[in-house]
Amino acid sequence: MPATATDAETPSQRLAPDARRARPGRAAALRRRASLPYLMLLPAVVVLGLLLGTPLVRMVTLSFQNYGRRQLQNGGATWTGFDNYRYIFKDQQFWTVLIRTVNFAAVCVVATMVLGTLVALLMHALGKRMRLAVSVSLLFAWATPAITAVIVWKWIFDTDAGVVNSVLNALPFLPDYTRHGWFLTPMSAISILGLVIVWGAIPFVALTLYAGLTTIPTEMFEAAKLDGAGFFRLFRSVTFPMLKPLFLIITSLSIIWDFRVFTQVYVMTRGGPDDSTMVLGLLAYNRSIGTQQYGRGAAIAVVMVFMLLIITSVYIRTLLRGEDEV
Amino acid sequence: MSASRRTRKAGLNAVALGVIFFMAFPVYWMASTGFKRTKDIFSPTTRFAPFPGTLEHFRTALAAPDFLRYARNSVVVAGSVVLLSMLFALFAATALARFHFRGRKMVIVVLLIAQMVPLEALVIPMYLVLRDAHQLNRLPALIAAYLVFVLPFSIWTLRGFVAAIPVELDEAAMIDGCTQSQAFRKVLFPLIAPGLVATSVFAFIQAWNELVFALTLLPTAPEGATLTVWLTGFSSRFGTDWGAIMASSALFTLPVVVFFLVVQKRIASGLTAGAVKG
Repeated sequence: MPATATDAETPSQRLAPDARRARPGRAAALRRRASLPYLMLLPAVVVLGLLLGTPLVRMVTLSFQNYGRRQLQNGGATWTGFDNYRYIFKDQQFWTVLIRTVNFAAVCVVATMVLGTLVALLMHALGKRMRLAVSVSLLFAWATPAITAVIVWKWIFDTDAGVVNSVLNALPFLPDYTRHGWFLTPMSAISILGLVIVWGAIPFVALTLYAGLTTIPTEMFEAAKLDGAGFFRLFRSVTFPMLKPLFLIITSLSIIWDFRVFTQVYVMTRGGPDDSTMVLGLLAYNRSIGTQQYGRGAAIAVVMVFMLLIITSVYIRTLLRGEDEV
Repeated sequence: MSASRRTRKAGLNAVALGVIFFMAFPVYWMASTGFKRTKDIFSPTTRFAPFPGTLEHFRTALAAPDFLRYARNSVVVAGSVVLLSMLFALFAATALARFHFRGRKMVIVVLLIAQMVPLEALVIPMYLVLRDAHQLNRLPALIAAYLVFVLPFSIWTLRGFVAAIPVELDEAAMIDGCTQSQAFRKVLFPLIAPGLVATSVFAFIQAWNELVFALTLLPTAPEGATLTVWLTGFSSRFGTDWGAIMASSALFTLPVVVFFLVVQKRIASGLTAGAVKG
């Protein structure tokens, strides 16, 4: 190691920048260092620019083209301006699906946030052993891949041998649930879909909020309780204000995740029965990959990305607060 | 302890048991069904415990056509994604965490936005781009597609790990005569190694669990697609043989759960980093 005497004598780390500045040849080294971060970023930026940039640009250009099965095979896509957008905005199905997706995501997000917060507060109030048991169960649910979660829930609600039907049958005063089909009516199918999504989303919310709760000094809760604050008052005046940035981030992440839901719907219902569980992501996918109307599918995708960008901006702004100090 | 506090505690514990049941039951039910004898799975009175059990369903799953081939593809794809993304992410993350340069904030914003782009939207142009380049049905194409979402995530997470290490440490090393790259290799790298492992594992899980890209970009691949695609065909493959379906689901889930439990604590904070300061 080419250590010089002056370097070895540097007394404290805080003096380091001054000590280094005094060295000869520093200007050249600094110039080299100024380009270093760009060099280090270059490979990642090139890879991302190519792999993310190319399809993103293609998605936008595609949405302004007439691109269907024939263009896929023979080429010769023509520019059609806003035709695809005009088409989807006139399409009744698009609006039905868009409104359903927004409503469905809203219900899932509210349910996830409410239940996740309650579980976090519960964990905060529990004894050590019970809390550990709860967090282990949350971790298992969190770790379960979306696709297997859906398959298992489908089995739980299975028509012929599902455990839900047989347990409901064993209970008194209930109608006969033998061979009850849970995926046959729209309301029932979409509710189970929501159940699966909320089940999978609760662990992240609960465990993150619980971690946030542990950073609030206990004195604050105790002082508020001494002042006579009840459960709701305590949450409104102490817990929520203290964890507000965390709530903001978790909520925007949940909105993003639930708005773009795909895997669960694809594996569980494929949008059925009668398209009653069709969501925007699946519609864009079916239009393009399914029925080969790539231009129209891309237009739906662009609309979806725009809507997500609005939500994402909230997330990013909250996340970047404090980034300047780093 | 007063009587009212005792009832409160009992009440809380009862609710907690309900939560545990709701969260853990599906996972338990998957494993339990996988081990049950077929006649017990379909008996009209539900049996909750898999006793007497059998390994028959796991044998069926492993011997099912394509299972091992698709599993191998999943391992190859996820493994390559991890190696490539760590290689690129390590340098990029160090640059973002250690240097102040113009455009830094913009890079960070782009990274965050990149993680939010819905893959379902991106898969449409991706399919056409790869088709035009004659890369459909090839595993490398899928690996490249996965880098689109794994790489931004990895850079962002690793950046947090690098930033957590005091900059004075690399400075001290350089004062002691290390060059920049020596300081990186001998001081910084060993310290972020645990973070690197955690990020790798999480990147692996993301690639392992992905469905849309695999479904679309490997539509008719001669060597087959990945396990997620294999699993979506469960009803046409096994019909109502729920024992085999649950056993194969469990085999797919097991590595994820094991990995996840190991690294969860280190990773989860990355998504909300910055929101919980002090």
